[in-house]
Amino acid sequence: MNLAMVGITVLWTFLYGYLLIASIDFGAGFFSCYSMLTGKDHIINRIIDRYLSPVWEVTNVFLIFFIVGLVGFFPETAYYYGTALLIPGSVALILLTIRGSFYAFANYGARKSKFYLLLYGLTGLFIPASLSTVLTISEGGFIEKTGDRLLFRADLLFTSHYSWSVVFLALVSILYISASFLTFYADRANDLQARELLRKYALFWSGPTILASLWVFWELSRHNPEHFSRALSVGWMFVTSFFCFCIGVCLMWKRKNLGIAFIFVMFQFACAFFGYGISHLPYLLYPFITIHTALTNTTMGMALVIAFIAGLLLLIPSIGLLLWLFLFNAGYVRGKK
Amino acid sequence: MDSVLWSRILTAETLAFHIVWATIGVGVPIFICLAEGWGIWRKDPHFILLARRWTRGFVITVAIGVVTGTCIGLMLSLLWPKFMQLAGNVISLPLFMETFAFFFEAIFLGTYLYTWDRFQKPVYHWLTSIPIIIGSSMSAVFITTVNSFMNTPAGFKLSASGRVSHIDLIAAMLNPSTPSEVGHVLSSAYATCGFLLAAIAAWHLLKGKTHVYYKKALHLTMAISFILSLLTFVAGDLSGKFLATWQPAKLAAGEWHFDTRTNAPLVIGGILDEKNLEVKYGLEIPSALSFLATGSIDGKVTGLKEIPRSEWPPLFIHYLFDAMVGIGFYLIFISAAYLAYWLSKKEIIQSRWLLRGIVLAAPLAFLAIEFGWIYAEVGRQPWIITGLMRVDQAATTADNVGMVTLMFSLLYLLLAIVAISVLSRLFRGRPAETELHAVEGRSRT
Repeated sequence: MNLAMVGITVLWTFLYGYLLIASIDFGAGFFSCYSMLTGKDHIINRIIDRYLSPVWEVTNVFLIFFIVGLVGFFPETAYYYGTALLIPGSVALILLTIRGSFYAFANYGARKSKFYLLLYGLTGLFIPASLSTVLTISEGGFIEKTGDRLLFRADLLFTSHYSWSVVFLALVSILYISASFLTFYADRANDLQARELLRKYALFWSGPTILASLWVFWELSRHNPEHFSRALSVGWMFVTSFFCFCIGVCLMWKRKNLGIAFIFVMFQFACAFFGYGISHLPYLLYPFITIHTALTNTTMGMALVIAFIAGLLLLIPSIGLLLWLFLFNAGYVRGKK
Repeated sequence: MDSVLWSRILTAETLAFHIVWATIGVGVPIFICLAEGWGIWRKDPHFILLARRWTRGFVITVAIGVVTGTCIGLMLSLLWPKFMQLAGNVISLPLFMETFAFFFEAIFLGTYLYTWDRFQKPVYHWLTSIPIIIGSSMSAVFITTVNSFMNTPAGFKLSASGRVSHIDLIAAMLNPSTPSEVGHVLSSAYATCGFLLAAIAAWHLLKGKTHVYYKKALHLTMAISFILSLLTFVAGDLSGKFLATWQPAKLAAGEWHFDTRTNAPLVIGGILDEKNLEVKYGLEIPSALSFLATGSIDGKVTGLKEIPRSEWPPLFIHYLFDAMVGIGFYLIFISAAYLAYWLSKKEIIQSRWLLRGIVLAAPLAFLAIEFGWIYAEVGRQPWIITGLMRVDQAATTADNVGMVTLMFSLLYLLLAIVAISVLSRLFRGRPAETELHAVEGRSRT
């Protein structure tokens, strides 16, 4: 594998990590808010609180990691995306900021504030929507280049069917991933009431997730046929993804092995996400940037890979410790300690 | 107004807001760790409670540091895309490593916060504070090397077509200004947090609380702050000497030093007549600038007139420099006075003026941090990378930067209001006395 491929694989894997843990977080915000409006907050809020409080900062780092890494490996992307994304990027940043601060304030009363809880729930939907526009933009057609000047066509983005299909897919997947995970977590905590409610949410959102995926494919075939044909050539990945989905839903339906059910949800999204990523290559931004034209200086690329490996050696045991303390520790999950 | 100016305003505003919380994020973990460690070592529940209460406030400040840090991190690409396109080839590594350090800190911060009562031996909990310090300080170090690079770029060649080649990453990270800048940033951040925590204790003593808990807090923080403020002084002196060699324009503009000469005087305060470049009402100390810049009183110091006028930084930075240095001396003075008082075994509560002086030291220390940063950044104008890329070549060409600036301004305002109100409610609602009572009751039985 050449350097560019190593770089993009590393980054894509991190983005996948962010997709998973951020989905849990964003979905939890929505469920928190929704259950407050329907008067069921006492059932699930404790579970959500217990899991999310120690890890929210780590979630945030995954995103920063991806962005810093992307600009690092492919500095050219900074110029194009940086110029084009001023407005959507700033909006996402402001929402992330509000949400991040919520966790700090939550322990000291913000969770009791209806206004803040509403913001928390809404940002959980708006952040993924604004972040997913980046994927849409990467398909090309929304940036015009005249001479030295880049023009971002927000109007085209807003009226594009493809754009809306991606946003819709992002939203329903988030709710699906989040509910599946929290069902598992509530089950570990022996909190049957919360488990049942969350299981209902998970099953409810499973259907729209698959429908939205089909819709995105359909729109992609019209928006960027070149990409679509490459996607067909790795079609087996999407088929595998669908099988994983079926197994996950089946287990969830039978209330058996909820942990394994969530692992299948992870596989489902891994297959689809990497299938999408592979077929996107070699373009980082169609048709302006490919991974080859944008690659940083070789010295820097190698150094980044080395730093990355060294960093992982440090991070994996630390994350292991965090999971052991807060996720797989039955005492903590049940709220004894 | 054009995009360049708006981009500068937004970047400045974000950084000015961020460094308040970032400073707390870098410095306070040290004091938490020391207090908890000392408490465990001496079996003193007061120090452990101190660490706990500091931590509670720290969570809120660190969260704002994290979110505003995320903002500035992404703004680099959003507002200065051409800068990142060019410099990304050379500074990606420290940026990347900064993220790793931050990652490391984030993991252990979550662990530290939620495991106060989880471990059999308290020392295990204390151990999780060490990676927080390493993570927060190292991320400060890495990000400072990026800023140093912008001051004194090194470790690469630039082709005629503007492409970067021959990269030497170590040379880029350890560029000439890295040692003095890192030293000054770390020592001043630590010291500022020492004065912040000392001011809280002093404030309570002034309010008539007499519990030994507050005195212990004051002893710990002031003793360490004294050492740290001396270190900051040394680091600042090294920075001065560095500037004289590497960034004479910044030093000369900060000192209103126009003609190259030996035995250069140091001007404190004053008003500048910008037309004739004459200083009025300034306090002049003969040969002091030469001594500051070169280490000998007849050293030669480059004057601003040797530098093309189009490359002069704004001259108002003189006042910022003076204010920063003045505050630095005040901090050394007040902590030395406290130590003298303490060593002479006098009761601290009797000197209300000293306590007031300590309370005042905290906001002053933060002001000094702000002044120092503005001096360092504005002193580099008109360059974004000294000698290589001007600020106006780097800014985004997108419109709407003005609107974005407005949105972020409102956001920072909101964050500041909420943070301050939550912090004050947090500590008013749970005075230390109630918790002290519980702690002391437990240790007696």
